[in-house]
Amino acid sequence: MISVAVDRGPEAARPWIEAARPTHPSLIDARHRLADLYNMVNVPTVVWIDERGRIARPNDVAFGTDTFRRITGIEAARHQDALRAWVRGELPVMPDERVRALQSLPTDADQQARAEFGLGQWLWEAGRSDAAARHFVRAGELAPHDFMIRRGTMPIRGIDPMGPQFRSMLEEWTAAGHRYYRPLPDA
Amino acid sequence: MAETTYTIIDDGRVAVLGAREGAELLRRAEAEGRPVAVDHEARAAYLGVTARARAAALASLEAPDFTLPDLEGRLHSLSEHRGKKVLLVAYASW
Repeated sequence: MISVAVDRGPEAARPWIEAARPTHPSLIDARHRLADLYNMVNVPTVVWIDERGRIARPNDVAFGTDTFRRITGIEAARHQDALRAWVRGELPVMPDERVRALQSLPTDADQQARAEFGLGQWLWEAGRSDAAARHFVRAGELAPHDFMIRRGTMPIRGIDPMGPQFRSMLEEWTAAGHRYYRPLPDA
Repeated sequence: MAETTYTIIDDGRVAVLGAREGAELLRRAEAEGRPVAVDHEARAAYLGVTARARAAALASLEAPDFTLPDLEGRLHSLSEHRGKKVLLVAYASW
């Protein structure tokens, strides 16, 4: 297992990592490298990678516990049971075509949004918070489904990511008929 | 007088360039269809990777390799785990 905190820096993730005391590599990705490479648009996102480095199962939404089940509607056991079976070699290999059919691939707008995010992140690291915020907002406009950008940059922009601005963003998104979490369809 | 410089972040790698060199790099990136984000006031630009390149890499099903630090700053790469099944989990405090 490799866990990656897509957070503004090590200090944001430190309390969680120190409390969990993981024995697996527990990494920090302030610049959204993983999001860019794997087209991840929200957390949590899980990917299965086999012994040969092949994507065995593409981006999915999975939780470690049922703490937020009433809100998310996603049961932790759904992924955990499948994961255990895969680790034990009890699951048939998902054919390449099936993996590809389940993948969500980035669009030009997604990648333009990630460039705007990248510039914003650099500006923020350089101490230019106001300029950074402009690019974060622009990135969110380009890719409104990308909550890695829209919600993930809220703490940097001085906005509570659990507060009223997040809630109104979520309400607007779901009222427009979209889902906040987009898990893979059941097998 | 010192020459005006531009900061160009090319897929995460930072370079400080002279005005002419910077403009040439931006022009080339745009000609290649790469996503380019510019901040004129800060004289900085970010050159991203095309959707086509990222999509082709994902569709190959070869998991893109990455190298990221842990809390102590030690670097880890996905490729170090070749030969083992990996559950890759992205999460956040937000």
